[in-house]
Amino acid sequence: MSVKIMNEDNKIIALLSGEIDHHNAKTLRQDIDFALRENQPEELILDFSEVGFMDSSGIGLVMGRYKLMQEIGGSLIVRNPPAHIKKVMRLSGIDRLASICNV
Amino acid sequence: MKIVNEMKISFKSKSENEGFARTAVCAFAAFLDPGIEEIADLRTAVSEAVTNCIVHAYRGTEGIIEITARILNDNEIYIRIKDKGCGIPDVKRAMEPLYTTAPCEERAGLGFAVMESFMDKLTVKSTVGKGTVVTMRKKLGAINE
Repeated sequence: MSVKIMNEDNKIIALLSGEIDHHNAKTLRQDIDFALRENQPEELILDFSEVGFMDSSGIGLVMGRYKLMQEIGGSLIVRNPPAHIKKVMRLSGIDRLASICNV
Repeated sequence: MKIVNEMKISFKSKSENEGFARTAVCAFAAFLDPGIEEIADLRTAVSEAVTNCIVHAYRGTEGIIEITARILNDNEIYIRIKDKGCGIPDVKRAMEPLYTTAPCEERAGLGFAVMESFMDKLTVKSTVGKGTVVTMRKKLGAINE
């Protein structure tokens, strides 16, 4: 599991890859939150293109970042979640909070 | 219900074993030639159950998680995940979507909801101070029938 963080015009793009579960969600959270605190971006894009697995620990991760972005006054975009990850997201209702897009 | 095949694993309640547990169960389920979506459902449900044991049952301690998986004669997989942890005082409440006892750790409270939704059958039996047994069933390989 890893995350590559890019900073572009007031946007933070977090390219996630591997498997997101309870074991590695904590490290991802720390890395992303560090970038958010440093940059106070208008938009956070969580890119799931390279994520092979995610359980509800990933929902906690997305929910937490959604709240954080609200505090900063920015927005959250979930990009390219594979079908089975979208299924977990739909179950949680997070698709009603954050915008999910495919590019 | 005839048991065609069976496997048992037990491992320590360390979070790095979450990936091992779901992979082991899915490798065993491969005998049923499941579809991609079915295997993703199974993988997620097992991950949720094992995470519950680590995060809640054995909170602050370490114990053993035992998984028994069976292949039943009608293309069905049966999975039992057992811990000897703290137990759940109110199972009905614990199973409510979004209910969590650990919001500070960003637990979404969706573990049982995922298991229930991704598997065909789910039962949870728990005794406070003794532990919890989660059993799940799912028919697999339906597309190939």
